[in-house]
Amino acid sequence: MLSRSWPAEGATRVPYWVYQDEEVYREEQRRIFQGPAWNYLCLEAELAEPGSFMTTFVGDMPVVVTRDPQGVLHAFENRCAHRGALICIQARGRAERFNCIYHNWTYDHAGNLTSVAFRKGIAGKGGMPADAHPESQAPKQFRVASLHGLVFGTLSQSAPALDDYIGPEILPRLKRVMIKPVKVLGTYTQVLPNNWKLYMDNVKDTYHASLLHLFFTRFRINRLTQKGGVFVSADGAHHCTYTEIVEDRGDAYEKGGMRAANEFALQNPEILEQVDELGDNVSIQILSLFPGFVLHQIRNSLAARQVVPKGIDRTELHWTLFGFADDDQAMARRRLLQANLVGPAGYISMEDGAATGFVQRGVAASPDRASVIEMGGATIGSGDSRVTETAVRGLWKAWRSYMQL
Amino acid sequence: MKSQSGTDHDFDVTLQLAIERLHARYAQALDTDQLEKWPDFFTEKGRYRITTAENEARGLPLPVLYAEGRAMLTDRVASLRHANIYEPQRYRHMVSAVLIERETEGTVKSIANFLVVRIMENGETMLFASGRYVDRIVLPEMRYEERVVICDSRRFDTLLAIPL
Repeated sequence: MLSRSWPAEGATRVPYWVYQDEEVYREEQRRIFQGPAWNYLCLEAELAEPGSFMTTFVGDMPVVVTRDPQGVLHAFENRCAHRGALICIQARGRAERFNCIYHNWTYDHAGNLTSVAFRKGIAGKGGMPADAHPESQAPKQFRVASLHGLVFGTLSQSAPALDDYIGPEILPRLKRVMIKPVKVLGTYTQVLPNNWKLYMDNVKDTYHASLLHLFFTRFRINRLTQKGGVFVSADGAHHCTYTEIVEDRGDAYEKGGMRAANEFALQNPEILEQVDELGDNVSIQILSLFPGFVLHQIRNSLAARQVVPKGIDRTELHWTLFGFADDDQAMARRRLLQANLVGPAGYISMEDGAATGFVQRGVAASPDRASVIEMGGATIGSGDSRVTETAVRGLWKAWRSYMQL
Repeated sequence: MKSQSGTDHDFDVTLQLAIERLHARYAQALDTDQLEKWPDFFTEKGRYRITTAENEARGLPLPVLYAEGRAMLTDRVASLRHANIYEPQRYRHMVSAVLIERETEGTVKSIANFLVVRIMENGETMLFASGRYVDRIVLPEMRYEERVVICDSRRFDTLLAIPL
């Protein structure tokens, strides 16, 4: 049981020990990642072929995600029932079965132990007693659900169905991006020097966007008139924020004397040219699902980001950028140019890793002080202003509920 | 490459040294914070792409950073100077094992290894990246028509601001 208690102010404060406490980290593994949360595993497109597999993580737990020869998706803990070794040591591939290299115990695509080498010994000698039950230590198997090409898993039998977990506020915003079969363009990992929750906190923080990421404002791409809003699920766990495409590409700001003309301008703004492929005039949409999944549409850049905790002060962010299977040549090129906007070298994302690391370092000696999260008051809910921290408060509401704090 | 076999009498020492000098000047410019010089190492339409060995091996086109032409390279520098926010840091490039091959009268292919050490203001030093430069260089102007930076690792620590 955690001995910590939350500050009296409630939703508007987040104490810094949440990013520092080893016991909190261990409890998160049990109560969230291995608890009744749905964790993002991969894109269905990454397991297109029957028999294919890939390895990933759910919190600290190494996991194998597979598509069996009949086409059914599975996920299981990457831990042999025998001595606990990794069963699968490859990042991805195809397999008829999975053999632990240590003593050649064998598993099927669902993670069932199908064979124990020399179980009955050789020539009547050695082997396991008839009443031995190594299956009692079998790797855990996930409930797996696929939604619009995104694959999720939970170890909990009591977790609601995935649709209900995401809820009616956020589900339509996920569907609007995942409209047809996708094609993976590539992956990379950004290693963040901070607690995993600082990244999720940052993703849900609509207030920071135009203040930390100056690329759009400096090059006069952002307009204050841009319409947008934020959606937060009823339990606070998930969020989605969006901004609309600006029609005004003129120089109203210069005419109004608010900015000097040509002070800063991109010599080749081609990397920003968006085709409204989803047909609803949205320029940017950032969507997050508790505990560690982000889906972004930034112009024509589309990506799944998976947040993998690696200890209290280290997080891996696995980026998988994708397009649609039917992209024409112009769209394929556009997506690669717009890859410049995101990732570790992204014009509008590189700062996130630095800023969240600054928090981790800044609060080193102050576990009992707290963040002030009062933009937009103390409420948690959807709205049309982005100068709010409503989605951040939502994250902590959900986190506290899982952690019983 | 054939011309590097040691038994090949066509080996052009002068060209080899000229290409190595180009790589050295490029590394010096980045390591001494002369980012404004960086686009000038490329031809007008020169392409620059950072990717990972994993994406290359899987035939996946995703770049970590990609520019087509000097204008885009110049935009990257302008953004680093005036828009992007990152902690003060420097690189130290080590470029070695430069293999060249004359492709046409006016172009040379070059493959070279690199290590990039990143030094933060507080002195914290890490091996930030290793990999290969795969280049096409145009003669006689001695500029990169294409520079592909293939990082050995898929991991990038915190952020990649200064180009590799």
